[in-house]
Amino acid sequence: MSGLGNIIKKEIKELLTPTTFIPIIIIALIFGTMGSSIQGIQEQALEKPVIGIINADNGTLATITSSILYNNSKPIFNSTSIDDKQIGIETVKKKNGVALIVIPNNFTNQIQNETSGEIEIYWIMKGAGIMDTISSGVLQHLIDYINLNISKELIQENSSVNASFVLTPTKNVETTYFKDREFKDLTPDTIVGMLSSQSLLIPIVIMMIIIMAGSIVITSIALEKENKTLETLLTLPVKRTSIVTGKIIAAATIGLLLAIIYMVGMSYYFQGFLISEGGISLAKYGLVLNSSDYLLIGISLFVTLIAGLSLCMLLGTFAKNYKSAQTLTFPITMLALIPMFLTMFADYDTLPTALKGVVFAIPFSHPMMAPRALIFDDYLLVLSGIIYVSIFSLIMIIIVVWVFKSDRLLTGSIKRKKINLRGPLLLNLIRRK
Amino acid sequence: MVAIEVKNLVKNFGKIEAVKGISFDVNEGEIFGLIGPNGAGKTTVLRIISTLLKINSGSVKIMNYDVDKDADKIRKIISYLPEDAGAYKNLTGRSYLQFIANFFNDKQNKQMVQRGIEIADLDLRIDDRVDTYSKGMMRRLLVGRALMTNPKLAILDEPTSGLDVINAQEIRKIVKNTARTGTTVLLSSHNMLEVEYLCERIALISEGKIVEEGKPKVLMDKYNANNIEEVFTKVVQQ
Repeated sequence: MSGLGNIIKKEIKELLTPTTFIPIIIIALIFGTMGSSIQGIQEQALEKPVIGIINADNGTLATITSSILYNNSKPIFNSTSIDDKQIGIETVKKKNGVALIVIPNNFTNQIQNETSGEIEIYWIMKGAGIMDTISSGVLQHLIDYINLNISKELIQENSSVNASFVLTPTKNVETTYFKDREFKDLTPDTIVGMLSSQSLLIPIVIMMIIIMAGSIVITSIALEKENKTLETLLTLPVKRTSIVTGKIIAAATIGLLLAIIYMVGMSYYFQGFLISEGGISLAKYGLVLNSSDYLLIGISLFVTLIAGLSLCMLLGTFAKNYKSAQTLTFPITMLALIPMFLTMFADYDTLPTALKGVVFAIPFSHPMMAPRALIFDDYLLVLSGIIYVSIFSLIMIIIVVWVFKSDRLLTGSIKRKKINLRGPLLLNLIRRK
Repeated sequence: MVAIEVKNLVKNFGKIEAVKGISFDVNEGEIFGLIGPNGAGKTTVLRIISTLLKINSGSVKIMNYDVDKDADKIRKIISYLPEDAGAYKNLTGRSYLQFIANFFNDKQNKQMVQRGIEIADLDLRIDDRVDTYSKGMMRRLLVGRALMTNPKLAILDEPTSGLDVINAQEIRKIVKNTARTGTTVLLSSHNMLEVEYLCERIALISEGKIVEEGKPKVLMDKYNANNIEEVFTKVVQQ
């Protein structure tokens, strides 16, 4: 074999390891999944929105409006009586519709008298994720299209019509129903915008804290192994449980310090949002966190940190050196990324049951979901999350202490040992003599 | 008094038998050497005696304490120096010694650190960060760390491994002086000449078994050899 071929063969053999390929395969899978999700969003955007229609006006412009709605949507409720409004809302809610559109009886008259014709829209909002508002976005476009067609009709009928009026002949009177609450004069887009601070910023910050504190622990164990300080430490008069808890508490303290800095920043950030979105007060709708909510978020974050760190501690016992520790932070990063993306794109409540189970099982999901859940008084999700994560942490710590008391920490995998013990070179040389 | 009593010690790693039923005793104040090639099982035996590994069968007693049942008590009277061990790189030599001393009796803390500094003999470099130390300086610091606690038993795995002649000789002197103060020393080495100089008694270990045991001089006479290396060669060829 040529020198070049020999080197290529050796290099490929060295690089062809599971640690090189598994992260890339997982990243490829994630991108693949994200691609399918985007495709799903595009398909959803092309789908006709499911709506209810009440047309109480038999004028021309109301007919134009309702016919556009009928042709470009999937109507699941149809009525001509304003009195059916409540039944309509309930029907749309039950059948997973987007909104109930109500055209009042004076709609055509008002527009013909150059007064904006009111279209009442009762939005049924399912979640506050980016993906949850796609259908409402489609319907918004449909309303714009109605406006355009009424404008055309008005110009055709009367060319001397008031120009500024004809551009916006209708006015939307909107109410959004979300998580059993009624938000008057708010659209789903506005609500998503108001909650975007949690949808985007909080999961990113939490993910960063977990990854930072986690890598501190994994690297710490790996360096102890690499520098052989762990062997010394384990022969000193100090209990294994003290070593484990000492490391976890130290990293959690640093993590908590990061969390406090983050919480202070976030509370100011939230205050900044109290009057936002064009002067809409979030406090008016009760969309604020009180001090007990912040406390719950803090507890959720702390138990999650402990859970994450004990998991990292366990992973750290597999690390043989600093390099392998870097690879081992990958599963933690993935576990933090999955809930981060999911909470950004969709609401926990709107996820399929299987995905809900996955998200709940990942401890890092809970502090990410907590702020939004607490804003909407979903204490059950937050408290059950804290209990689950606490149990998870306890089990992890017990396992880590068990590993620290066993040979596994120092001997590593049995396979490795096999290689080390195979054929002592010196002995073989002596035997040959 | 017997400081270490090893009886029919067996240690397996899965299907691999690393130690195959070895037995030996070490007397108090003695320097005892476990001699053998790489992979013979020396480090495994030392790790078991240091309470780092569990045994599969047999028994190991240190100053009458059982390694399985009394590990916490044993850790108070032993000191283990692993092969190629390191120290926390962001600490200075002095603060590393202080960190270790903090695990022991508070009253003797300062004296302990002072003793460690004297053994390490690093002069002003003791206040430099450990990551600036040469290999020889690091080993001296670690020997200082291992012996500053005045352990009843010092377990030294390849104490001079990778060191130059001058540093190796320094460490050998320190080990010999320590034994004179009453500390029992159990060391491993594949440097046969080193053990000839240091050890009062040795055990030759090969493939997890003790193949010969005794005083170096007696063994050399028995096998009509000029040094322990020759003894070892003759023993394993038998």
